[in-house]
Amino acid sequence: MMKKKTLAMLLSAALCVSLFAGCSGGSANSPAPESSAPAAEGSTPVSEAPTQLSGIVNTNGSTSMEKVIGYLTEGFKEVQPGVTVHYTGSGSGAGVTGAQDGTCDIGLASRDLKDDETGVKQITVAKDGIAIIVNPENPVADLSVEQIAQLATGEIANWSEVGGNDGAVVFIGREAGSGTRDGFESITDTKDACKYQNELTSTGEVIANVASNPNAIGYASLSAVDETVKAITVGGVEATEETVLDGSYAIQRNFNFIINESSPLSEAAQTFVDWATSAEASDLIAGAGAVPLV
Amino acid sequence: MKQKLRPMEILMNGVFFLCGFIAIVFVLFISVYLVLSGLPAIREIGLREFLFGTRWASTAAEPSFGILPFILTSVYGTAGAVVLGVPVGFLTAVFLAKVAPPRMAAAVRTAVDLLAGIPSVVYGLIGMMVLVPAVRTLFDLPDGASLFCAMVVLAVMILPSIISVSETALKAVPREYEEASLALGATEIETYFRVSVPAAKSGIAASIVLGIGRAIGEAMAIIMVAGNVANMPSLFSSVRFLTTAVASEMAYASGLQRQALFSIALVLFLFIMAINIVLNTLLKRKKG
Repeated sequence: MMKKKTLAMLLSAALCVSLFAGCSGGSANSPAPESSAPAAEGSTPVSEAPTQLSGIVNTNGSTSMEKVIGYLTEGFKEVQPGVTVHYTGSGSGAGVTGAQDGTCDIGLASRDLKDDETGVKQITVAKDGIAIIVNPENPVADLSVEQIAQLATGEIANWSEVGGNDGAVVFIGREAGSGTRDGFESITDTKDACKYQNELTSTGEVIANVASNPNAIGYASLSAVDETVKAITVGGVEATEETVLDGSYAIQRNFNFIINESSPLSEAAQTFVDWATSAEASDLIAGAGAVPLV
Repeated sequence: MKQKLRPMEILMNGVFFLCGFIAIVFVLFISVYLVLSGLPAIREIGLREFLFGTRWASTAAEPSFGILPFILTSVYGTAGAVVLGVPVGFLTAVFLAKVAPPRMAAAVRTAVDLLAGIPSVVYGLIGMMVLVPAVRTLFDLPDGASLFCAMVVLAVMILPSIISVSETALKAVPREYEEASLALGATEIETYFRVSVPAAKSGIAASIVLGIGRAIGEAMAIIMVAGNVANMPSLFSSVRFLTTAVASEMAYASGLQRQALFSIALVLFLFIMAINIVLNTLLKRKKG
């Protein structure tokens, strides 16, 4: 009797513990920079990096770059555990202004600087290629940027107008706030004008939907496209990392660091910029779905 | 022996009290948090504009935050699920409680329990890969993701709660009622529908309300089949529910958009509260 009760208590105690254990694991993808605990000094080999810096690097700007910055932040923690990179998503415009005003160390812009944005320079850290995908059954293989925009806004409502089979165009995209959506809409100049049939919360879902609907057209990060869908050529140019890099593929944009020209970067920020544009970071950039320059 | 157990008794008493207390703390915390975080956006947008605005464009150059499409979609979707699911669930419950031979009833009951245990994301996945293309070809639509698909998925999802709660209620009807009816010359089926079902009606009503609660709060399954465009609802158009409105935009939301999502959650919370109050009244009436 007594034994049974003790056992029951032990078991319930174990249950309680496992309940809490479940909580601690998650949110691996959370971009919020963890308050860097004095990361195990013992384990850092002194020979690896000549100078261990410390400090905070504030980045601010494009929400499209959130994922890239998130990956870079994680990776940089291993190179310079003393440096914390903060990210604020406020839009490319605010990123440029932040760099001009000096309210952040590095501004982030998912577009190139305009002529009237002076006092700052841009350093391209990655390129973002967006593939236009259709169902493999769709005979349409090539579209111009204008045609894609018209398909997205519903101006072209039937595939027969662009040389395809007779069928209503089903335009599938991402939810409001998504970087890919923002990228597609700003490059094709269809902001707030797209007639979506389906707004999905991940690239995978977009691809799955396009793969299952013969009349569908959608957009997805270049790195996510697989063989279940057909990536069409835009103006005759195939979407590959090479064509994105050499600039011939049209639906792409630059991910830029915006840096104030007059006030020099802090040592920590400069190290972050150098590291992010070096070959060391290219795997991380590719992992975040963008095309690294080196 | 008894003397020895006493400290254990007190200890366990404390443990149980603590567990009960934790539940209350969480409910209170969630309520207060939702109200506090949901109100600022409503105040900024305006209650009328927020609840009765028909345009949702949270990231547009001139953002607009009207959630009437979401409210109506949630109401219609739930109503559709009830229309599709309740007849099937109710008749299954009658079958299980009264008609079916015990072995068959056991088999069906196992299947129903299994249905209840399937994670909602699996419903969504199968809905997306099978139901959506099927609806597209069946009704000759450009795209199958629609309110109709969501209704079908929700109808299947609420079946287990309707069946098991109704069945329990039907089984609780005293045998004497039925025997009296049978003795008066009514057939078995007549007895079930004229005597047993009316006697169990509050329990059956509770099962339906429970189903409604499940349907209106479901997000994962329908986000994959409903299309998620903020249209005013119609049966075969792409729609967005209250739940999916929060889920689909939360990841990258910022500023007023984010606050407005909390406000949607608050509206949803009030819906669920209302449903719970109805459910409690029904259950109380059953006892009284």
